[in-house]
Amino acid sequence: MGLASILLGVILVNNYVLAQFLGICPFLGVSKKLDSAVGMGVAVIFVMVLATAATWPIQQVLNNFGIGYLQTIVFILVIAALVQFVEMALKKFIPSLHKALGVYLPLITTNCAVLGVCISNIDEGYNYIQSLVNSTGAGIGFLLAMVLFSGMRSKLEGNTSIPACFQGVPITLVTAAFLSLGFMGFSGLV
Amino acid sequence: MENKVSKLAILTKGIIKENPVLILLLGTCPTLATTSSCLNGLGMGVSATAVLICSNIVISLLAKIIPDKVRIPCYIVVIAGFVTVVQFVLQAFVPSLYASLGLFIPLIVVNCIILGRAEMFASKNNAFDSALDGIGMGLGFTLALGVMGAVREVFGAGTILGIAVPFLSAHPIMIVALAPGGFFVYACAIAAINYFTNGKAIQKKEFGCAGCAMASTCQQEKCLAELEKGAEA
Repeated sequence: MGLASILLGVILVNNYVLAQFLGICPFLGVSKKLDSAVGMGVAVIFVMVLATAATWPIQQVLNNFGIGYLQTIVFILVIAALVQFVEMALKKFIPSLHKALGVYLPLITTNCAVLGVCISNIDEGYNYIQSLVNSTGAGIGFLLAMVLFSGMRSKLEGNTSIPACFQGVPITLVTAAFLSLGFMGFSGLV
Repeated sequence: MENKVSKLAILTKGIIKENPVLILLLGTCPTLATTSSCLNGLGMGVSATAVLICSNIVISLLAKIIPDKVRIPCYIVVIAGFVTVVQFVLQAFVPSLYASLGLFIPLIVVNCIILGRAEMFASKNNAFDSALDGIGMGLGFTLALGVMGAVREVFGAGTILGIAVPFLSAHPIMIVALAPGGFFVYACAIAAINYFTNGKAIQKKEFGCAGCAMASTCQQEKCLAELEKGAEA
């Protein structure tokens, strides 16, 4: 499978948020303001690529010892430790980057999109390069969905024509449904 | 227990009054992803319930031993262990369900309902109460997923548990079973609850940090408050 088709496929066709329902919590929770949506999206790309870079070789080691089934336990711990470590390292060595991304890092630890991309790279049988491309694409897809969604949500603010029972959470979900509907137009692209 | 909550109340509060999916709005990802059919929804619900009950019991027993600072990683290890067990059981006995739930079985680990109950209930209560809490919350989760799955299956595929429904099976609204339908049916369910309870049942007006399991450890709320301050300044 070509790298370009993996990348396009995971950004547009199988968008992690809108088609696979991974990472819904930050998608709905942090998309109110464009700034925080972009920050969160960039931090997710960063962590996804790092997590894949770390977990893919670990899976090969596990497979070597015939204990591939420990995947779930090992991956979640590796991701949690990695995120903590990266946060500390950034704080010490690249304070400017830490200032921009640092606040989002702790919340990504238990983000299902990160664990999801690590496991699906293994399930799909991707090699190392393909896995990294897939993770980058998944992160970019997440960023794209976040930015588009925060734009749509800003139009909802202060809108009084929404029925009372739909205000707040339900209208947010309806908006997400329409964005997801839009992305369905990409199906069959790859 | 100090505030005399009856055992029955612990068991039943998760089913209706504090339904994790429909009232507390937790566990959104599996709710949306696995309810494309009723059976998938129920399967996910039962799997998560099994993990929830076991992890609640073990964590309540270990709560005194685990040092406070590393409790979240410890909880995650316990939960991940049980998830692996459930994964094996499903793979061995119901391979078709295992195949259709796919990625979402290992992702039970990061289901915020399970970590949330560990942090909010199991770590502070005895094993028996924690088990009851797990059963109640699990039933609530299963029920919500089953109902949403049933609605999406009836309208999206025209069947219920694989049995054809007259009229609808000839005119299925396929979009309901696809991704956008998931968001839409969930929105309608919450709107309906708002409508029938005059907006009183669902306290949460927005998706935020309050219900999140990690709220006590991660500083998201603080960070977001700072961000908003920064944006205004």
